[in-house]
Amino acid sequence: MPALEASLSTGLHQPSDAGSLRRALRRGERGRKRMALALIVPLALFLLVSFLVPIALLLARGFTEREVPQIWPATAAALRAWDGTGLPDKAVASLFVEDLVASRRSGQLSTAASRLNYAVPGARTLVIRTAVALPLPPGSEPLAGLIQLDPRWGERETWAAMRQAAHGYTGFYLLAALDLRTDADGQVQPVPQEQAVFIDVFARTFWISAVVAALCALFGYPLAYMLANLPERVAHVLLVFVLVPFWTSVLVRTAAWMVLLQDRGLINDLLRDLGLIAEPLQLIYNRTGVYIAMTHVLLPYFVLPLYAVMKCVPAATQRAALSLGATPLQTFWRVYFPQTAPGAAAGALIVFILALGYYITPALVGGPEDQMISYFIAFYTNQSLNWGMAAALSLVLLAATLLLLLVHGRLSGRRELTMR
Amino acid sequence: MNARGAYLTPGTRVARVGLYVFGALVCAFLLLPILAVVPLSFNAGAFLSYPLSGVSLRWYEDLFGSSGWSTAFCNSLVVAAATTALATPLGTLAALGLARLSSKLKPLMIALLLAPMFVPVIIVAVAVYYLFAPLGLAHSFLGLVLGHTILATPFVVIVVHATLRGFDVSLLRAASSLGAPPLTVLRRILLPLIAPGVFAAAVFAFTTSFDEIVLALLLAGAGQKTLPLQMFDGVHDQISPAITAAATLLFLLSVLLLWMVELMRRRRARLFGGTVEES
Repeated sequence: MPALEASLSTGLHQPSDAGSLRRALRRGERGRKRMALALIVPLALFLLVSFLVPIALLLARGFTEREVPQIWPATAAALRAWDGTGLPDKAVASLFVEDLVASRRSGQLSTAASRLNYAVPGARTLVIRTAVALPLPPGSEPLAGLIQLDPRWGERETWAAMRQAAHGYTGFYLLAALDLRTDADGQVQPVPQEQAVFIDVFARTFWISAVVAALCALFGYPLAYMLANLPERVAHVLLVFVLVPFWTSVLVRTAAWMVLLQDRGLINDLLRDLGLIAEPLQLIYNRTGVYIAMTHVLLPYFVLPLYAVMKCVPAATQRAALSLGATPLQTFWRVYFPQTAPGAAAGALIVFILALGYYITPALVGGPEDQMISYFIAFYTNQSLNWGMAAALSLVLLAATLLLLLVHGRLSGRRELTMR
Repeated sequence: MNARGAYLTPGTRVARVGLYVFGALVCAFLLLPILAVVPLSFNAGAFLSYPLSGVSLRWYEDLFGSSGWSTAFCNSLVVAAATTALATPLGTLAALGLARLSSKLKPLMIALLLAPMFVPVIIVAVAVYYLFAPLGLAHSFLGLVLGHTILATPFVVIVVHATLRGFDVSLLRAASSLGAPPLTVLRRILLPLIAPGVFAAAVFAFTTSFDEIVLALLLAGAGQKTLPLQMFDGVHDQISPAITAAATLLFLLSVLLLWMVELMRRRRARLFGGTVEES
């Protein structure tokens, strides 16, 4: 806009009629938009390259097979040509024997073996033992020789799993993230009970997030209500109680809870001194600790936006209700609450969304049964190096987050960017 | 509030007292756990419990005497400073652009620029690691700084954008109409006016990086151990009392930074003639 204003006021392009004025305006408008975009481009480009592209690449990794096609290329090609019935012919087996020897020499054997292990438990040992036992005795038929080394080479399931992993793309990881798999005939089936973990983990993640969101709403709504209705001066002092934890590092807050909730920590000592308990309560390394610490960490995210919403509720509506004869309870319930409920719902949803992705707090104050989905994503990334599984779990978590963000967008309308 | 005082019934009074008591308890729940750690850091004994068995600075001596903690502190400082230097200009420019954008593009741009705030950090961390590892950036300061910049920019955009909402655009027009070239307008009018907001945004960026651990867990190598990582090690298996000293110092730093942001908010309010709403 300044450019347009300047050109108009200096009279360099003094418009002579309505048409040229409109053109000048439009030109100014276009210039303004171009300028705005030029300012955004550096950050947008940075985020595109370092944020969107990596996430896209990671998610794509969840649908790609790398190990078998790259490490055993000849076997992979032969398996793709196999129709999947009976056992593969001896040509496939002989290529496989050659690939096994080559991959053992190049040091990539265990990578491919691990990949098969994801589909068939025990396959890693099978492949490595077989490779070590090679070459087959001279003159022996390759498939029969393999079966002689281990009878599992005579099972269709072993070869079918290899065939599945031989294609360039795969639904294997996404299915596995939902505790599903395809059997030797290509039918989608639930995995055996003892291998099913992720549905449990997702259910747990959602449940913990829901409880934390409910606790935040329970504690946060009255607090925000109190803050919004106190005189400004007092409210500002009390806001410090919300803002200071908000600014304090999550790790410091989690560490504080670890100190307080231990067997010999402050809380247990206090309860014992009060004579309420004889034995220390187990408050940490279990679900209780996770609920306490996560509610503490996320409560400000609920209170601060709701406080802003409540400050905007016109006091006149309540005065009107009271003057028309409503009781204070009716005034609250039928006038004030409906005006603030969408804000509270939006706040609870934000807490829920943030809780879904929590990792550090449950990792530190939870037990093995309280780890959420992020823990498993981290585990597959830095401990078992299973990129496909990390990617598939990320996809499910991301999809749930985006879906809920859409709902949140609906709830809070098209409000401007706000924080605190 | 006062106007409604006239309608108060005994029942309302009881409800109000109940509300205040509950509110005070929630406030205590929020702040007391952090404060409770502070005296423990001065405990002479090794137990993390009250009563203190004497006052001493031994845990602080442990902290300052250990090379692990001082290295971690320096690493955190370097990474946070570099992140601030990168995220603040990027985010400020984008916020200036957003404020001028009034087309259908705006919601799309807001969604893109703020996305790193809502995507679970572990996904950002794994994705960035997946991209950086083959490029040799995985265990490097540069990789860590770039990763933290992703997480910090949304805060800068929000804070600066909020500053601009109270901004009187006619000041810029006045300057332009008086013949100031765009760069002069930027330097002499716009920047001095939004400087407090930009400074607050920089503090946000700094804190984001200084406190960040999930990305650091994946992206930092042995040579880039940051303060949160050092703390994580200190609480992972058994809690060492030195942790309480570190927690106390970090807590004081947070209070200091919060105070600086609050100062900037007041300054901003003064610059804009008190028309700025709380952001």
